[in-house]
Amino acid sequence: MIRDPEHEKMPRRELEQLQLERLKVKVREVYEKVPYYRQAFKEKGVTPDHVQTLADLVKLPFTSKLDFRDNYPFGLMAVPHEQVVRIHSSSGTTGKPIIAPYTQGDIDTWAEIMARTLAAGGTTKYDVMQNAYGYGLFTGGLGFHYGAERLGCTVIPTSGGNTKRQILLLQDLETTVITCTPSYALILCETALDMGVDLRETKLRLGFMGAEPWSEQMRKDVEERMGISAINIYGLTEIIGPGVSVECTHKCGMHIAEDHFLVEIINPKSGEQIPYGEEGELVITTLTKEAQPVLRFRTRDIVSLNPEPCECGRTLARMSRVTGRSDDMLIVRGVNVFPSQIESVLLDVEGVEPHYLIVVDRQHQFKSDELEVWIEVSEAVFSDEIQKMEDLEKRLRAEMDSVLGISARIKLVEPRTIARTEGKAKRVVDRSEL
Amino acid sequence: MRIQQVSVFVENQPGRLESILEVLEEKKISIRALSVSDTAEFGIVRMILEDPELGLVSLRDAGFTSRMDWILSAEIPDVPGGLLKTVAKPLADAGVNLKYCYAYIEQTGGDKAMVVLKVDDIEKAEQILKAL
Repeated sequence: MIRDPEHEKMPRRELEQLQLERLKVKVREVYEKVPYYRQAFKEKGVTPDHVQTLADLVKLPFTSKLDFRDNYPFGLMAVPHEQVVRIHSSSGTTGKPIIAPYTQGDIDTWAEIMARTLAAGGTTKYDVMQNAYGYGLFTGGLGFHYGAERLGCTVIPTSGGNTKRQILLLQDLETTVITCTPSYALILCETALDMGVDLRETKLRLGFMGAEPWSEQMRKDVEERMGISAINIYGLTEIIGPGVSVECTHKCGMHIAEDHFLVEIINPKSGEQIPYGEEGELVITTLTKEAQPVLRFRTRDIVSLNPEPCECGRTLARMSRVTGRSDDMLIVRGVNVFPSQIESVLLDVEGVEPHYLIVVDRQHQFKSDELEVWIEVSEAVFSDEIQKMEDLEKRLRAEMDSVLGISARIKLVEPRTIARTEGKAKRVVDRSEL
Repeated sequence: MRIQQVSVFVENQPGRLESILEVLEEKKISIRALSVSDTAEFGIVRMILEDPELGLVSLRDAGFTSRMDWILSAEIPDVPGGLLKTVAKPLADAGVNLKYCYAYIEQTGGDKAMVVLKVDDIEKAEQILKAL
């Protein structure tokens, strides 16, 4: 279903014209209102007047996750505080969260994009949507909620957790659409099995899943066990939250809401634009965002783009699944985890050498991802008293929790347990590789 | 009396103690007393060695996280209630907290046993034990 044919099926020439008009307005806006961008333009020797065609985009400065950190909390905002009606947030690179302010206009735009997202996967106003994305600072819960209301379907705002009640409501309220992370979908499957409930026998028919990496195999699993069609979604807190791109029912790439987001693919090393069909880092410029417009945001996600029209009739370009990261960020249970965050904790807790290994357990089919941090015990922190060693462990765990935003198991290990590699140490392994 | 103790960090896995003992055997260092404390994940092996300095260096060279500490050692009569009367009660009465202790018997087969103590206030504990 195409909710907004005017934009979703817009001939690409017209779409590009619309993008250019919107880009020019945004560029001038951030130049005038955000000191950070004014400075960045100055350093590149450009002014808003240099943007006359979409190709001029390459003249503009990038925005990185680090820029969000350096301008924390409101340095990238382009409107006065009284126009902000909501703030979302997600974990950042080194302890400081990413702050995402929204104006009323942003909330409306987002709701509309999310309504389009839900419709693209086949949701209608006759559906009952159980929203098991977390409500709160995380953009997933409220993003889907507003989109579903805009579309007119019934929303059950269960948020994550309380899985048995989720299964109960899912049966009794005749839920037809489930929205959650892929790993939570597996938890739902397992809990249902324990409760003797066959999800394939319920009214459930559709799922919108994302916010963490998942494979085609995992999609097949979820689809078979739940008896649904699972739609892949993509979004980022820095840009707007979910809604940046979504699959249509043909499931041949995620259509980007290009009337709101201008995308490029770059070589992550050189920063140069590369053709759409090649794999590279996705870079996004927001075209309509009011509170915090972002120019050329480096997502670090490696994808390829396909601008060919889709069988569904949409002209919006499609992006592939995220095939990798141009840095070593991990997404665990929907939370971004950077090895640099873990390093900063180890350095803070006096004396611990940053010889560590992050072990991610994604293999357990029925459990959510587990994060374990192995830390080599150096002589500086080693004590002959068990109590002191346990205190160290506790302090590390508490620090990790507060910096990462999710709990990690801490495992103290002997030196040289962690393999040393030539050059850059391997910091992240999957449990199955051990 | 103060005595040097060597402690080693070990993961709670089969063969770890064996590796430590192999290092000591190779260097011909005999162990006079040994205690192992463990948690679910890791353990600490504490030892009174014939030659603590050589022991420490050898263990470090073998890649073990090790350390040496001065701790208390006291001689107690090898009779029922010996530890209680000579060490535990006097320290408790003085408010000295015992973190860990382990005992061993001197080789010559006399009527004395040795106890190794880690306390929160070594100065105070030493005075109390001396005074007895």
